[in-house]
Parts: sequence; structure tokens; C-alpha cells
Amino acid sequence: MKKFNAIITITLRKGILDVQGKTVEHALQATDFPMISQLRIGKYVELTVQAKDSDAAEAIVEKACSKLIANPIMEDYSIEILEPLWENS
Amino acid sequence: MNYGVVQFPGSNCDHDALFASALSEGSQSQLLWHKDTSIPKGIDCIIIPGGFSYGDYLRCGAIARFSPIMREVVTFANRGGLVMGICNGFQILTEAGLLPGVLLKNTSLNFVCKDVYLSVVNSATPFTSTLSQQSVIRIPIAHGEGNYYATEETIKELESNNRVVFRYSDSEGRITESSNPNGSINNIAGIINARGNVLGMMPHPERYSDAVLGCKDGHAIFESLELFTSSNSAATVDMATH
Repeated sequence: MKKFNAIITITLRKGILDVQGKTVEHALQATDFPMISQLRIGKYVELTVQAKDSDAAEAIVEKACSKLIANPIMEDYSIEILEPLWENS
Repeated sequence: MNYGVVQFPGSNCDHDALFASALSEGSQSQLLWHKDTSIPKGIDCIIIPGGFSYGDYLRCGAIARFSPIMREVVTFANRGGLVMGICNGFQILTEAGLLPGVLLKNTSLNFVCKDVYLSVVNSATPFTSTLSQQSVIRIPIAHGEGNYYATEETIKELESNNRVVFRYSDSEGRITESSNPNGSINNIAGIINARGNVLGMMPHPERYSDAVLGCKDGHAIFESLELFTSSNSAATVDMATH
């Protein structure tokens, strides 16, 4: 089994108004950053998962995301599986 | 009439709900602990009260949904038992899949704590039968995430099957943008499941359940539940004796 680090990024689904993101965007534009737009705020989750390979790790994290970590009605998420931390036989 | 009020770590309207649901003569109410793995016999209605269960960590209602009592609540609801989720309770019921949609952050980004008017748009439910159709009640809200959202398909299904029970309105019952406190689609303040035994609403009827609290418009919801339960048990008795 190997141990993988996973990084999950969660954002509100496209089409849902991200009021928090809009407020921050407006505050930036009103100060020194008129060149900034399309700002969206999300959540960042990191975890380690034990699995036989990176595909298996991703499948586990995917299941955890759809069950609890994200709510698919309102959120999109992306999963990044990093190189294994260690291996034991 | 026997009510059970679920108590999670972080619930803060549990005692209000306990008080309000025991006001009518013949009604009793008891607390149900979140770690309980069964629901006491004889409970007619379970109330999931407001608050910040599990600190509202991750998303409101997301963690509470996995507590042992919720498995029992889902079974209870699937058997036709009455379940009412108020505020955080509504959020928990959507996370648990007993009601569709989700409650997003208020569009104002503010926590809104004030009285609102609700138009009763479905009075043919066990929760609203003592109210008249299109009547207006005054009930307080207190939430930061009460902005009801669901996919277009779900909204269509709710609307066409008369599953919206309350809408935010003005004091005359007009459904206006300015009477919408949180950005909810179509001013939705409360919905019911397809079977008609699970209600979720953001406003707090338990806070306006007795004249001494300044208003008792919310009491009608408890009276409706009591009427429904007594006529149902009368029917059961009737069937048993004939």
C-alpha cells in the first residue's frame, strides 16, 4: 500500500452567484486593482489517503467528496493526487 | 401528541422548540440526543431545531447529517412520520436528502435577524391545515445561510406539485423582491417533501408561539400537527374497532 497526499479545491458551481467573491472583487476594483475580475472564493482541503495506486486513491477521495466534503448541488470540486509519500510491502 | 426535539452539539433553539411544542393541552415534548440510536415509541413528530450544529463546520448541516440519530430520523420519515426542520434543521434535512435543494449564503452576506411575513401558499399540509390559503403570518428569521437554491428542474417540480409551503411576502401577502430577506429563488421560505410529511422552513415558528412572546402566529403550525395527528389516530382507532 502507498500513502498519497490529496488536495481538493471546492468552489461554488458556475451559475451560482458567489456573493463573497463578488464583494471581494468589487473591493479590489475600487482600490488599486481595476485589472482584477472573475474572482471566486472556494475551500481548500488536504488529506492523506492509503491506497494501492494513484487511481485507487483518486477513486476513494472522489467518493469522500461526493458523500461529505462537497455538496454537488451547489459546489464543484477538483482533486489532485500527489506523488506517494511512502511505500510498504 | 408527542414531539421529539433533536439536540445536536451546537443546537440553540432546542429548548424553544421544546417549549413551543408542549404548549397545547395534551401535547408533550421530549429531547432526543444526537447519539441516540433509536426513537422512543409513540413519537408523532420530530423537530430538528435551529442553531449551529457541529459549529456549521464544512457546510451548515453537513456533519449533523451523519450523527446516529439522523439515520433514525430518515427511517422515521420514510415510514411516514412527521418531521419538521427549522432553520439549521432545514439545512440538515437538505443535506440528509430528505428535502431537495440547498441553503446558500444570504445574498446580502449579512446574518439577518428580524420579523418577516410569510404567505401560506399551501395550507393543505399536516403542518399548515389550521391556516388559510394565502393568509399571511409574521414569523422571525435569524440566519446567515437561508438563500434557498435548487436546480431549475427541482424548482419546477416543487412549484408544479404545490410543494412550496411558505413564501416571503409583504404584510399584504404580495411576493415582492423587497420582501425577500436572503435571495431565495421565488421567495421560497419553506418546502415539503413529495409525500407531505417532511417540512423544512428557515423562519422560526417556535419563537412566535405564545402571546407573551409578542406574537403567536407560529402556534398554528403546532396546532395543525396536533389536528392531523388526532384525526389520524382517530382513523386508526376507527379501523381497529370496526
